[in-house]
This record gives sequence, structure tokens and C-alpha cells, in this order.
Amino acid sequence: MKSIQLDTQLQENRKGKSLLKKVLNTPPLLWGGMMFALLIGVAVFAPVISPYQPSHQNLFAILQPPSTKHWLGTDQLGRDLFTRVIYAARTDLSIMVLAEVIPFCTGVFLGMLAGYYGKWIDTLITLITDTLIAFPFYLIVIIVAFASGAGQKGIYITFILVGWIVYARVIKGLSASFRKQEWIAAAQTLGIPGVKIILRHLLPNVLPQAVVVLMTDMVGLLVAIVTLGYLGIGIAPPTPDWGTMISDGQSFIATAWWLSAVPGCAVVYTGIALSLVGDGLADIWRRK
Amino acid sequence: MIKLSATGGRFKKLSGLSAKIAPSHRWLVRALIRAVSVVFCVVVAVFFIIRIVPGDPAKMILGQYATPQAIESMHHRLGLDLPIWEQFIRFVQNLVTHGDTGTSIVLGTSTRTLIAERAPVTLLLIAMASLLAIIVSIVLATVAATHKNGVLDHLIRILPTVTLGMPIFWVGLLLIIFLSVRLRWFPVGGVGQGLGGMLYSLMLPAITVAFAHIPTLVRSLRTQMLEVLESDFVVTLKAAGIPNRVILVKHVLRNSALPALMLLGVNISYLIGGTLVVEQVFGIEGIGSLLFSAISNRDFPIIQGIALYCAISVEIISFLVEIASRFLDPRTKGEL
Repeated sequence: MKSIQLDTQLQENRKGKSLLKKVLNTPPLLWGGMMFALLIGVAVFAPVISPYQPSHQNLFAILQPPSTKHWLGTDQLGRDLFTRVIYAARTDLSIMVLAEVIPFCTGVFLGMLAGYYGKWIDTLITLITDTLIAFPFYLIVIIVAFASGAGQKGIYITFILVGWIVYARVIKGLSASFRKQEWIAAAQTLGIPGVKIILRHLLPNVLPQAVVVLMTDMVGLLVAIVTLGYLGIGIAPPTPDWGTMISDGQSFIATAWWLSAVPGCAVVYTGIALSLVGDGLADIWRRK
Repeated sequence: MIKLSATGGRFKKLSGLSAKIAPSHRWLVRALIRAVSVVFCVVVAVFFIIRIVPGDPAKMILGQYATPQAIESMHHRLGLDLPIWEQFIRFVQNLVTHGDTGTSIVLGTSTRTLIAERAPVTLLLIAMASLLAIIVSIVLATVAATHKNGVLDHLIRILPTVTLGMPIFWVGLLLIIFLSVRLRWFPVGGVGQGLGGMLYSLMLPAITVAFAHIPTLVRSLRTQMLEVLESDFVVTLKAAGIPNRVILVKHVLRNSALPALMLLGVNISYLIGGTLVVEQVFGIEGIGSLLFSAISNRDFPIIQGIALYCAISVEIISFLVEIASRFLDPRTKGEL
């Protein structure tokens, strides 16, 4: 009994080690992961890192260039730009992650349904995705966000409506190719009901690919959140957000161009981190 | 896209019809059915835009303090007082006979007229951006493919990772900061007079829109070009002593211009969406600015009209690209 326990423990240890080894052997995953961890760290410890409050105005020190006192200068209301950028990371990243949960689940599930069952379920789901894809992405995002009431609620509703399409399309193709394989046929012969096959056997096999898509899709979602903020139908003003910051800075591009440039760099940094993680995960998955 | 495989048991109900059609034409019928059903669903979706508004759209248009009479007359004006199926029939009727989605609430003009007024600038911008994206992508892809594993090749391969997270409006702002404010090469915004002035003032917006598409376009073109460069017929041409430059221009480039256009056709939806946002950055009075003014005025008929025209154009272009790619595919020998 003891030896069996030891054995499983050993295996677990080996598993843990090999996972770490895999990460270390995949430079994009390592670098992307470190970049993202740094970003999360800065967002979480924002109050410790910065001595200022994100909405604290100092009208005696407006539009100041970067200095030792204000690392990235101040905006038109004398608010510290660096503080606002790292506080905005909190808002934008948490919305990005939360808004991705429901579309990810529905998309993967519908994709598996369409791919596994085919026939009319596939035709119906494909018709819905084709219809939604006919609308330019930003057009549909802007209209739905506006119609469902601007602000955070609008962002969530928009992505519940349109965010699942990417997953449904990728997972559908993947599930359809798995359906023709022997292990699915074997499960069917054993009389396992379809839903059980989908959740127990198909899901673990399509999940890695879905996670890879998740990484790039989060970048797209973040860019959409920021774009809505820029257009004034996203996150409402007192809350710091990279999009509204870029939009506020637009009036001062001739004198204080960094007001618009810096928040955009934060978005690009996040994008690079997440797509490196996605590339790395895809590499590991492909090597299997 | 629906998988249009040759087996296609899905369309068995149509077997009576398809029996009369030559087998080689059957995919075309299927593609047509698919396109028509998507267009129908698009119309239904646009019809429901006004109905996803939480609460009463008339209240949203008129504000909190509107009188009950005003709300009632707004209901009548939007046709919201009729039963829903009758509303839908009227909506479709208006669309089919006039190509219209109603009268603007604020401007009192038909949405078709308003869209037709603003469309030329937007279409010109899309055309310029497409042309620019194709030219730049072909040049970069050629250099990358002919110098495989060189410095530029590596740069081009990591480019999409970097540009994926770049908001298009932010790229536009950076271009304004450096090319317009600093170097004064281009105007900061607006549209110039006359054709020359118009083209000149639309250059920077076109570069912005094109920028968003170049990385992915270059990456797929590079892969395609490498395939052609390593194919048997190019090897044969090289063996026959034909200079590399001639092979490149006469065979490889000719074989890649069309795929580039096709790829752009597939991405037309993103191209339009990006253009609408970029118009806002540069203060261009096109469809994008019409959309945003309609949004701030809560002018539902205009919003519906723009959504409908954009989606139907996208569907038509995707359909044409599908036909073209079949027609031009050497394996089908040009038979449709």
C-alpha cells in the first residue's frame, strides 16, 4: 500500500517537473508568461508601487513632462500618468478575463455539439455564426454595446452575444475530425450516450486548442474594450481605462504626445505577452 | 463557412432540383442557398437591433422626461405600435422596394439617401487601403520568401505577435503625431478639396487601415510564395537557365497578386470595421461618422441601415470570392 502511494507521488513529482521543463524549453511561453506575470503583479500592487491616487487632481501641475516626481508626467488635470496607467490595468484586465468566461464556455460547447452531431445542429449553428460574421466586428460591437447601454454591462452583453463565434468555429472543425477516429467509434459501440462522450472524451481533447485560441482572443477583446472606451461607449470616465486615456490625450498630441502614446503601449505590451503565451502553448501541444 | 463537401447529404431534400443540375454546378447552388439564407438572417438580426434595447426604445430616444403622448407618437413613427410580424413585413417591404430602413428621426431624410451621400469617401478609403495593403504585402512577402531565414524574414514572422494588440485608432494617432504634427507631411484630419486633395488627405487614414492588415497578409503570402518557389515548375525554369529575376516577376508575382486580393476579400469584414473606427480618428465625414452621430442621437433607422448595408456587402463579396477562387483554381480547369 505504502509503495503504491510512493509510486504515485513519484509520478506526480515527475509530472510537475516535466511541466516546468516544458515551460523552460518553450521560450515564447517562458517570456510571455513572465511578461504577463509582471503585468498582473504591477496591477495587483498598484497602491504599493505608486504614491499617488489615480483620480487625484493637482491643477498646479498639469501636462507636466516625465520627471523623477512623475515618471510619465501628468495629464490635463494634473493626475499622475504612470499611476493611471497601472490602475487602468486593473480595470481593463479584470474586464477582459471576466468577459471571456461565458463566450469561451458556450463557444466550446456549441462547437463540440456541431462537430460531433453534424446534420441540422451543425447547419443551424453555422448559419448563426455566418450571420454574425457578416457584420464587421467593430460595427456589431459598437452597436450592441450602445444598444445594451454603454459601460461595463454593455461590454459583457456584447461579448456574450458575439464572443463565442471564434471558439465555435475552431472547435467544430476539430470535433468533426475527431468524430471519425476510432476511439470515438469505440465509445459509441460501448453504448455511451452522446452527451457523455462529448463531455468526458471530446472535451479533454479539444481543450488545449481552445486555450490557445483563448489567448489570442483575449488580446482582441482587450483591444475592443479599449476601442469602446476611446469611442466613449465603454468604461465610463472616473474609472481609469487605457481607451479613455488615449482619447483624453488626443487633444494634446501637439504638446504632450505621451498622454496618448503611453496607454497604447500598455495595450501592445499585454498583446505581446498573451500572444507569446498562446504561441508557446500551441508549440507544446503540437509537439505532443 | 458551411462545409460544402461533395457528399452533402444535408441537401437531400433538394435532390429533385439538383438532379437537373450538372454535378459540377451543384456547389454553386449550395453556395447560393447559403448566401441567401445568411442575407435573410442578417435582415432578421438588423430588425431586432432596436428590440434588444432594455426597456422602451422610444424612451431611450426621447429621454426620461418625455410625455406619454410623445412616446406614443414615437412608437407610431417607428412602427412599434403594430404587432411584431406586421412590423417585420413592413420592414422587409420597405427594404425590398426602396432599399431603405426608414426615415432618420433627427434629420428627417431617408437612410438610403444619407448612406449614399457618405458612402463615396468611405469606399475610396477602403479601396486605397486595400491597394496599399496589397502592394506593401507583396513586396515584403517577396523579400522574405527570397531571403528565407534572413533578418527581414524573421522580423516579418514575429510582426503579427507585436501588431495583434495594437488598437487601430492608436496607430492612427501615432501616425498623426509623427507624420502630421512633427514632420508636417500630411494634414492632421478632414478631407481635402478636389480629387488630388482628397487622395492626399486620405493617405494617412489609408496607411492606418492598411497597417492593421499587412502583418497577417504578409505571413500567408510568404507561405504561398515559398510553395511556388519550391515547386517543380520553378525548379525546371531555373534549370533551363532563366534568370531568377524573370522567374520572380513573370511567374511568382503573377501567381501571388490574386491570392493577396482573395485574402483581402476574406477579411473584408475587418477592413470595413477598421475603416469606420479610423474615420473617427481623422475626422472624415464618411459612414463611420454617420454611425457615431446616429449613435449619439439614438437614431435607430440610420444605425439599422448602416448595419444592413455593411453586412450585405460583406456577404456579396464573400460569395464572389468563393466563386472566383473556385473558378481560378487550376484543378477545376475554369469550369464553374
